[in-house]
Amino acid sequence: MAQRRRWLPARVTDIHTETPTTRSVVFEAPGWGGHLAGQHVDVKLIAEDGYSAERSYSMAAPEDGDRVALTVQRVRDGEVSPYLVDEMMPGDEVELRGPIGGWFVWRPEEPGPVLLVAGGSGVVPLMAMVRERARVGSAVPFRLVYSVRSADDAFYGEELSRLTGEGNGDGDGNGLGVTLLYTRSAPPGTTRPVGRITADDLSDAGWPPDAGSRAYVCGPTAFVEAVAGLLQQLGHDPSTIRTERFGPTGG
Amino acid sequence: MDESVVDDAGMNEVGMGEGARYVDGNAAAGAFAEAFGTEVSASTLTCAGCGRAGRFADRHVYDRGPGMVARCPYCGEVNVHLVRTPTDVWLDLRGSSSWRIPLSG
Ligand SMILES: Cc1cc2nc3c(=O)[nH]c(=O)nc-3n(C[C@H](O)[C@H](O)[C@H](O)COP(=O)(O)OP(=O)(O)OC[C@H]3O[C@@H](n4cnc5c(N)ncnc54)[C@H](O)[C@@H]3O)c2cc1C
Ligand SMILES: [Zn+2]
Repeated sequence: MAQRRRWLPARVTDIHTETPTTRSVVFEAPGWGGHLAGQHVDVKLIAEDGYSAERSYSMAAPEDGDRVALTVQRVRDGEVSPYLVDEMMPGDEVELRGPIGGWFVWRPEEPGPVLLVAGGSGVVPLMAMVRERARVGSAVPFRLVYSVRSADDAFYGEELSRLTGEGNGDGDGNGLGVTLLYTRSAPPGTTRPVGRITADDLSDAGWPPDAGSRAYVCGPTAFVEAVAGLLQQLGHDPSTIRTERFGPTGG
Repeated sequence: MDESVVDDAGMNEVGMGEGARYVDGNAAAGAFAEAFGTEVSASTLTCAGCGRAGRFADRHVYDRGPGMVARCPYCGEVNVHLVRTPTDVWLDLRGSSSWRIPLSG
């Protein structure tokens, strides 16, 4: 896919609260014309005094014409994310450069089971992959392992339950498995002790190294380093692990 | 993995994360697309420092200084330094012995 070099004006059309610190924001960007699941966009804010700031955000949903859906978590004392989460309103304008990225992407024609490992807001591009799989009716088996501080910090909870067909009784999750790992506090009935992701978590919820799977790992940089290391310890070939690091903040 | 990075880390959303102050080549791809009009994250760089070849996406990118620095994840060599001025993009590629960029994809 050709990479767009120019900044494109975009207008906020829709805002949806995911958690107390996180919002999904939909932009209409005339001329955008689609993207792949896993790609991101550079967002530029321009203040009236001419000051501008740029940050990268992953698309949260598959291509949909000129619509670009992002999910942004507020980073305390951050420069850009508090504006996107707390202040931006429908009708506001930003500039977008993208779609960006040709490596951390999932295409429905790729065979083989997929393991998605998310830390915090790292779930955003992985959710685009989950939604793309549902959109095209793919039967490729997906397993999402999602590390969050507490149940209240998880994004997309209802939609993930719906997509796995939770409660319809067939128990196969429509080929989509979702495992939440809690690092600080867990809901009642959780048997796993709270804490950071371990090799056991990944071998319990993921695929064995000989399953021909590909892993996509996304989140704060230290989380991604840790998970990529654990997957290699479990025998996964580094060439089957694709990573995207969000930086030190987890936001 | 460098244990010290995680041990020094303050707790954050997922119980780790403060400390590793870099992103990766994916984050730099927008700036390169602006300069070249081409997607570089799937491209392969050979490091002039250690000789190892790897994906651009796996470089460690420091994007909060003057310009953007992409380092080799194995030896730390600065493979690419990009500085943007209002009119130009300046690239220092001394730390790379070759760069292979797929023509499509
Ligand atoms: C490819 C990519 C995709 C991303 N997708 C998402 C997404 O979907 N949702 C989401 O919420 N976030 C995402 N992020 C993170 C996002 O780009 C911002 O880093 C985040 O919103 C914080 O920005 P801020 O301006 O609020 O905070 P800042 O003011 O930038 O930073 C707050 C604190 O963190 C430090 N810091 C943050 N980033 C860096 C860095 N790169 N290098 C050094 N120090 C740093 C700052 O020094 C400061 O102390 C993504 C990042 C990348 C690279
Ligand atoms: Zn090197």
